[in-house]
This record gives sequence, structure tokens and C-alpha cells, in this order.
Amino acid sequence: MKIVIINYGAGNIQSIKFAIERLGYKAVLSHDADEIKTADKVIFPGVGEASSAMKKLRESGLDSLIPQLTQPVLGICLGMQLMCNSSEEGHTKGLGIFDVDVVKFSPGVKVPQIGWNQIAKLKSDLFENVEENSHIYLVHSFYAPICGETIAETEYGINYSAALKKDNFYGTQFHPEKSSDVGERILGNFLGSV
Amino acid sequence: MDIKDGRTVKGVNFVDLRDAGDPVELAEIYSREGADELVFLDISATEQKRKTLADLVYRVAEKVNIPFTVGGGISSIEDVDVLLHNGADKVSINSSAVKNPQLINDLVSKFGSQCIVVAIDAKQIEGEWIVHLVGGKVPTERKLFEWAKEVEERGAGEILFTSMDHDGTKDGFANGALARLSGELNIPVIASGGAGTTSHFIDTFKEGKADAALAASVFHFKEIGIGNLKQELRENGIPVRI
Repeated sequence: MKIVIINYGAGNIQSIKFAIERLGYKAVLSHDADEIKTADKVIFPGVGEASSAMKKLRESGLDSLIPQLTQPVLGICLGMQLMCNSSEEGHTKGLGIFDVDVVKFSPGVKVPQIGWNQIAKLKSDLFENVEENSHIYLVHSFYAPICGETIAETEYGINYSAALKKDNFYGTQFHPEKSSDVGERILGNFLGSV
Repeated sequence: MDIKDGRTVKGVNFVDLRDAGDPVELAEIYSREGADELVFLDISATEQKRKTLADLVYRVAEKVNIPFTVGGGISSIEDVDVLLHNGADKVSINSSAVKNPQLINDLVSKFGSQCIVVAIDAKQIEGEWIVHLVGGKVPTERKLFEWAKEVEERGAGEILFTSMDHDGTKDGFANGALARLSGELNIPVIASGGAGTTSHFIDTFKEGKADAALAASVFHFKEIGIGNLKQELRENGIPVRI
């Protein structure tokens, strides 16, 4: 199986690569269109600022490539946010895969949210053998509200989307590669059964 | 974990260092036992330090499936870039931020608040909390609460506060100062220094309003088990991942 992690210069992708290797798979880091198109599974990571990350995607043409992919694609953290319609962070348009707009947490909670939280209302094969209210690790200041494509919720002042799914596209706001055994199970589900 | 020349060490009040094992092995054990996050602080002062630390980060990232923070001698964008690329989730800066506060803004705009932790070591001098450098040996002009506020305004994502008066004493965390920090700041505050018993952890969450608690020697020398500690925290109404 060919797993490609899209490498567009955004964030800590080493951890994702190692997590995939701990699950017994190999992953390639690439920004090459042919390499990405021919992958069986694609991981779209991202840590950093939304508008500058979108700029990098546009410069490399990945902004038009990613929405056309037909194999399972998993966006993680900022990767998931960039797959939405837009983000309030840097007021940027997104890839428009998920029909939801990413917004900033309201005052009243500590921002960024950094730490462990729980996921609930789990739907989708991504969460096979994952219990309701399992703990996952999150680091973020912006969030996708609950929408028709929400497949997991979490609560931080308000309830919002911890994960999204549309057709072959999946996104998690949390970091499965940093969410201990639960995270590895979720990543394993993506690489295995979905 | 305090790291010196690639080994985990532990001392009292930053002196009398004892060997506490291989950092990667300890990291694996702690993550299995249920630690929520690991912090590696390199206190070695050798020339090859940067490379040793980058190698250690890489080896930890390979094995460990929970977040970890790395600090010790970080003073530039390039330093941070290398550590993040080797797999660190966050970096912690201390002296370099006190000497050049603009570094916080620069790192935050390049890497984002979420991965920039500012560590503050402080102790009380005539009733006033004063920021110290070099493992608590050198006092500065800065006062803890003012500096913490400035650190937040410059964009840091978290503050790791170590009370040098409490560190190594096993007599409990500096809950008074912690509660004030937590009340005045809108970013998470990690309590460090003074853990000796499980009730100290309960107190620092309840009285100190800490967002997280850090400890080293009580875990290194197996005086407190992480599993038991988290169970007790939960029984005392503190939400934890088990």
C-alpha cells in the first residue's frame, strides 16, 4: 500500500510519519502531483497559520489537486481546516471540500486550546473500536462548527466538530499521531479499513 | 526530564545531579503509564549540544505517541526549526526570551503560539517573586507576574512556571503564585517544582488553578505511579485522561 503525506512545508510531519511506521506501514513525504495521485491513502497534515498555508498550496497547485483526489484523504488539524470553505484565520478561502466555515473560539476559554479532550457522537468507520468519550490531543485556536458532515464532536466552551467526513475525504481537528493508543487506532482505521 | 549529555538527570534545586536513566526508554515507559505530555530540558553545556538534542528529539518522536516539549539553550528561529523538524511538538524558551523578548514574537509569527512555551523560573526575594536565570542561580530585574503578562502579550502559547523555592523540596507546588498567574493570564499555566505526594497534585489543580502539573523525580525514582496518581485525581473531581 502506498501512503503519501503531502509535504507543503507546513508543520511537524515527522510525527505523522513515525506514527504510521509504528502501525507497520511506510509513508512517503511528497508534494509531487503524480506521487500524490497514485497513492492509496493520502494524509494532508498542517500546523501553522491558515492563510499562509493556503498560499503555499496555491503556489504548488495543490489547491486544485487535493479536492479532485478519489482515494481516502485524511486532513489533520490545520489540514482539516483548510479542507473547509473558509477560515477566519487570515480570512482565507479554503479548499471547499467540507461545507463549513472555520471560526475562532470566543473569549471565555483559553486560546489556543492545548491538551486532551474527549470525542463523542462518533459516526463513521474511522472510529471503529473507539469508545465514546475517548481522549484525544488537540492544539488549535479555530474550529469548524457542527455541520452535516460532522462525524465526531468535542466540547470547549461550545460543541464543535472534532472530525468531518464527506465521500472519500476525512478530517480530524485532533492529532491522531499524538493521541496515544486511541489516536493510533483511529489512524490505523484510516490506513486499514476505510 | 532534565537531560545532560544525552542522559536523564535529576538534582535538588538544580544541583547534585544524579543519573535517572535513558530519556527515550523513560519516555516510552511514561507514555505507556499514562503521562499526557513529556518535557525534555537539555541542561548540558557542550559544543555538540545542539546536534545531540536534535538526535534525541528524533529518537523520542520515533517511539512516543504523546506530545512532547523540548527546551534548553534555544535562542533562534533556526534552533526551533531543527527541533520541530526532528519531531518535537513544542519548544520551550527561557533565558533567551528574558534577554531578547522580541524572540517570542518572532517565533510565534513563524511557528504559531501553539508550539511556543515560555518557561519562567522564579523565587521570592523579600516577598517579591523575581525571575531567575541559569537554573535559578542568577536573579534578573524582572518580576514574575509582569513578565508572565508580557510573555502572554507577545504571543506565547503556554507558561511553564517553576518555583525555585519549591523545586526539589517535595513539599508541594507554589499554589499561591500559581493561582495568581492562572487568574491573570488567558493562556495555560503549567505548575512545576515541589511535587512530593499525590495530594500535592490535587492541591495544585484545586488551589493553584494550574492547567497542568509537571514533575520529574517522584516519577524517575518511582515514588508516585502515574496510573495511581491519575486515578486519585479523578476520584477528587479533577478531569483527567485515564
